[in-house]
Amino acid sequence: MEQDDSASANDRAPGEHRDGQHSIRSYLLGFGLAGVLTLASFWAAQTGFVYAPAVPILLAALAVGQMGVHLVFFLHISSGPEDTNNILALAFGVFVVGLIVFGSMLIMANLNANMMPAGQLMQM
Amino acid sequence: MDPPAVPLSQRGPASTDVVVRFGFWLFLLSDIVVFSALFAAYAVLSHQTAGGPTGPQLFERGRTLLETGCLLTSSFTCGVMSLAVQRRSALQVYGWAAATFALGCVFVGLEVSEFAGLIAAGAGPTRSAFLSAFFTLVGTHGLHVSLGLCWLLVMMAQVATIGFRPMVMRRLLCFSLFWHALDIVWIGVFTIVYLGAR
Repeated sequence: MEQDDSASANDRAPGEHRDGQHSIRSYLLGFGLAGVLTLASFWAAQTGFVYAPAVPILLAALAVGQMGVHLVFFLHISSGPEDTNNILALAFGVFVVGLIVFGSMLIMANLNANMMPAGQLMQM
Repeated sequence: MDPPAVPLSQRGPASTDVVVRFGFWLFLLSDIVVFSALFAAYAVLSHQTAGGPTGPQLFERGRTLLETGCLLTSSFTCGVMSLAVQRRSALQVYGWAAATFALGCVFVGLEVSEFAGLIAAGAGPTRSAFLSAFFTLVGTHGLHVSLGLCWLLVMMAQVATIGFRPMVMRRLLCFSLFWHALDIVWIGVFTIVYLGAR
């Protein structure tokens, strides 16, 4: 463990704990927050209380929030200087994910809009 | 704690613990990129039902809530297990690993019974593009969870036979990273597939 302590001044791996006493609280807090956000998502999906067209945006916000809770409290990703490498890799991952998902949706929506209706296609 | 005054170029390589877990973190991110391609396919195909059943007709939210609860709780017990690993207390590790394993098994069981029900009702993966995308996305996640359960069994066998060597502890901590990452993917699955269906 001596080697571990000297290294943690420079770099920190994801999921690494500083000390045992502090972390159980972080897991409990993360578990509670994630549970509340999950229940809020399921409530938002079937309630008539929220303006219906806004529900998908609310669901997306709750999901992103819960992913953040998991990253911070379970995977222990922080914004500290020793976490720079992990954050950079995460940022690149999020960038690629966004590119693939939104790029695909945009391109396919465009193709659908430009597609000839099926009836006309048959007559050609 | 002040950073050491040694320049970055003279510090030498990082410790094995840091290198191994950073490499595993990169693997997890690339795994999430794989899932993002499946999410993109699902998002594009979710309305292409070919006259077959649609999402809201097929999905039961009660079952999804139960699955979510199982996976979230197993993520928590896995985190507590990783604390016990750092204390090197074998008894606690076995206990929390058993809880994680049981909750993971309940999750996989619920998913398998859902798939079996869908296929029996004629809504199998060959019915429409929507169902192909659904089975691929949710099935890939379920396969990851199943493989994670096998990995957990192997790790418990290693703890029992060779004990808490640094190598075994690194693997156990990588396992807990894997398990937490699967829970993050599941947030996307239940939000987009089950709650977003309309």
